[in-house]
Amino acid sequence: MINKIVGSAREALADVFDGAVILCGGFGCVGGMPATLFRALAEVPARNLTLVGNAPVLGVRAQKAAARTMQVPDWFADGELLLKNGQVSKLIVSVPAMAIYRLEEPFPIVKALQAGQDIEVELVPQGTLAARMKAARAGIPAFYARPGTGTFLQKGREVRRFDGKDYLLEEAIRADFGIIWAHKGDRHGNLVYRGTSRSFNATVAGAARVTVAEVDEIVELGAIDPEAVATPGIWVDRIVRRAV
Amino acid sequence: MNMPKHRLDEQTIAMRVAREFQNGMYVNLGGGIPTLAANFVAEGREVVFHTENGGLGYGGIAATEEADWDMFNASFQPVTYAPGMSFFSHDEAFDMIRGGKIDLSVLGAMQVSEKGDLANWAIGNMADYNGDVVAWIRTGRFPPGIGGAMDLAAAAKKVIVAMKHVTNKNEPKIVRKCTYEITAPRCVSLIITDIAVIEVTPQGLVLKETAPGFTPEDVQAETEPILKIDPALKEIQL
Repeated sequence: MINKIVGSAREALADVFDGAVILCGGFGCVGGMPATLFRALAEVPARNLTLVGNAPVLGVRAQKAAARTMQVPDWFADGELLLKNGQVSKLIVSVPAMAIYRLEEPFPIVKALQAGQDIEVELVPQGTLAARMKAARAGIPAFYARPGTGTFLQKGREVRRFDGKDYLLEEAIRADFGIIWAHKGDRHGNLVYRGTSRSFNATVAGAARVTVAEVDEIVELGAIDPEAVATPGIWVDRIVRRAV
Repeated sequence: MNMPKHRLDEQTIAMRVAREFQNGMYVNLGGGIPTLAANFVAEGREVVFHTENGGLGYGGIAATEEADWDMFNASFQPVTYAPGMSFFSHDEAFDMIRGGKIDLSVLGAMQVSEKGDLANWAIGNMADYNGDVVAWIRTGRFPPGIGGAMDLAAAAKKVIVAMKHVTNKNEPKIVRKCTYEITAPRCVSLIITDIAVIEVTPQGLVLKETAPGFTPEDVQAETEPILKIDPALKEIQL
């Protein structure tokens, strides 16, 4: 019997090792953030992690600033926890901090660097980041894309001209683990999301060697309409129920 | 006698932006002033708003009581459901952008050059830090973030900038050459500000509309490159 359900997030991430590359689902705001898995990652001993995601380290203060009159739920967490622990050696992100929010304290990445941590930061256009994950999932090692041409990102990069326009060579991101949020899942790993919280979660699914999903609800096989499955189970290796 | 000068507030700039929405357009609105335009679609026109985090066809910005964490736009604002809406992954959202399906992208800007180069993601120049963002952050300056701006600027069918005409220090934001790091070269076709509407053409910048009480000379005084004056120059229409 196929059963991808794992008892706890801690168990699902127990084999994360030093130097692992981790793709992070979510967009950066509260909705869709794999918070239970971030909390569990903060408890594994692995260090020198590379976090790859749109905005995985904005931290809880940024969420409160963005939330206005909404309440940031207590369960919220992101890669800020890992930065605080000194577990991160590299970020591949599109948004390391958000200029529209002025916080009482510096953003987590700024604090970590000010504290003397040695962290590399690679900035990637958001859509190119998604495409580099999707390419990894599809077994495509590299592709050409237009965003970033004529900017600082072009420096030192292979440029090819197609139909009179320049494109940059972009490589797939090879990753060890992917952590994602979903609304419902079954023991085969079929997932459905909710609203705009699908975002990078459905992109990360299957893009790493091991994909771990946290869900609000684990349902019986057959309870998800096959027409409504957004991520087919083949892309998912482990499922845990979200701790709220 | 001179009329009193009246700079448009952000909501009014957004109303002017919304006049660019044509029936049937797929439109992406960037953070800041652009997102405000979602609430000003003219009656009788149907446009579909695209958001990078995987949504097409949201209604508008949600009031507090209907806000839902799973219904957000890419500017971290809660939005409303509308009939006909669809959700998809982030990679598919950007396939739509790169694939040329977004008719109009409205973006904020720190600088726009007379050639239509856009600078809207970094207050500074990466070359000063050897291209290393960590070196930049270590100087204490705010960390820059690219977000979806480069993808939109490079691939949307049309890019409009909506912004204040000058910085808080009254420095021009419409410049001969961008001094800040650019998002994409030669991508902007129209600039809508609190005092003017300016078209970017191969012949240079053309002043099309001015805010109430502003003469072309007033707008020129706050603009670095020389403006051409459209013979049909008029007051900004909302």
